[in-house]
Amino acid sequence: MSKVRVLVGTRKGAFVLTSDGKREKWDVSGPHFAGWEVFHVKGSPADPDRIYASQSSGWSGQVMQRSNDGGQTWEVIGNKFDYSGVPGTHQWYDGTPHPWEFKRVWHLEPSLTDPDVVYAGVEDAALFQSSDGGKSWSELSGLREHGSGPRWQPGAGGMCLHTILLDPVNAGRMYIAISAAGAFRSDDAGRTWKPINKGLRSEFLPDKDADVGHCVHRIAMHRSRPEVLFMQKHWDVMRSDDAGESWREVSGNLPTDFGFPIDVHAHEPETIYVVPIKSDSEHFPPEGKLRVYRSRTGGNEWEALTNGLPRQDCYVNVLRDAMAVDSLDSCGIYFGTTGGQVYGSADAGDTWAPIVRDLPAVLSVEVQTLA
Amino acid sequence: MIRVELPSHLRTLAGITGDVRLDVAGEVTQRAVLNALEAAYPALRGTIRDQATARRRAFIRLFACGEDLSHDSPDSLLPAAVAAGVEPLVIVGAIAGG
Repeated sequence: MSKVRVLVGTRKGAFVLTSDGKREKWDVSGPHFAGWEVFHVKGSPADPDRIYASQSSGWSGQVMQRSNDGGQTWEVIGNKFDYSGVPGTHQWYDGTPHPWEFKRVWHLEPSLTDPDVVYAGVEDAALFQSSDGGKSWSELSGLREHGSGPRWQPGAGGMCLHTILLDPVNAGRMYIAISAAGAFRSDDAGRTWKPINKGLRSEFLPDKDADVGHCVHRIAMHRSRPEVLFMQKHWDVMRSDDAGESWREVSGNLPTDFGFPIDVHAHEPETIYVVPIKSDSEHFPPEGKLRVYRSRTGGNEWEALTNGLPRQDCYVNVLRDAMAVDSLDSCGIYFGTTGGQVYGSADAGDTWAPIVRDLPAVLSVEVQTLA
Repeated sequence: MIRVELPSHLRTLAGITGDVRLDVAGEVTQRAVLNALEAAYPALRGTIRDQATARRRAFIRLFACGEDLSHDSPDSLLPAAVAAGVEPLVIVGAIAGG
């Protein structure tokens, strides 16, 4: 029978949640790396027992971990992230030049085919690759050096490269997103890059339609149709049907189009999910009601999913890496909150229940569907 | 043998259960002790000093013999009692955050 493993990164450690295919009873293991911030934990699609984790602290910086047994045991791997050459400057919050400085790894994206290949998105924004299972890392510097880097600026959470999407069909094509620079695409395995932000509009920019500078919060794709992308921007939910060459807004009837995560149903490429958040200064659900919104039309027409979620007095946030789906026949969807709850739905969002409700603030949620 | 005391989160990270005792060749400086520490426990690389700059991390302090050595040159000699193994070099995480 199939199993599901949910990998949860929190402010004070990582947790591994496991269940059988019914997804009713869950075993919780952890905290792993207790006391450390774990921004992201993700397993290899090529070898589900190979899991990578990003562990950091304000005292002791960045540590990287790897498991070869599905998260039961861990080993420390390489944590040297040196920018290529002289990294130069990006913009500070006030528009003045600020030197590029490594702070932490936000996101890990293992290769679709090789468990020893993994990509890391870091703050200050850059993309790194390891080809030896995380022992060593080298920057794919064509991104940071393609020309617009000096105009990138940090979002409220820092200047982070938080999204990495690997195209499963078009060899060498990958997408990344940076807050606040925007979305970028490479068609040659990360060697060269170009901004793909046409159609994005940001009121906080002097040129609202600029080619870079947009605060993209998350991008998602369905693996069967990788040229179609969905984006949760700072404000606005967006869609591209041409691999990011152009974007159009699909916020439709959402109660607010601010939010962080966005994800796609495992079997229905036009079914997408967001968690609307009141505003960029009030990072909690509108009206104190925690609601996931689902569109079965690829955007514009949204329905509130509330069954099993708090309907009053709820003031948590759901961060950009804290939503994921499994690939069982009845698609499961999961998200974690800054209040420490991880909610799961085994019926594509129709009904919800907490898997666990008292963890430290959840930073990331990933799901592995195991045979 | 040089003695080193580590904060608990670094002891856990490196899998250290007992005292840390290190052989340090040549002059006993901060740099020499930290080099020996990282060679013996590679998991600690980057957690006390920045890997790119080799500078002490901002929220890490170095004490010995009742003195704060955090701002000494990394190549200055540690106190004789540390070099003799009588007193430990104490690595401390600053009281900050939660």
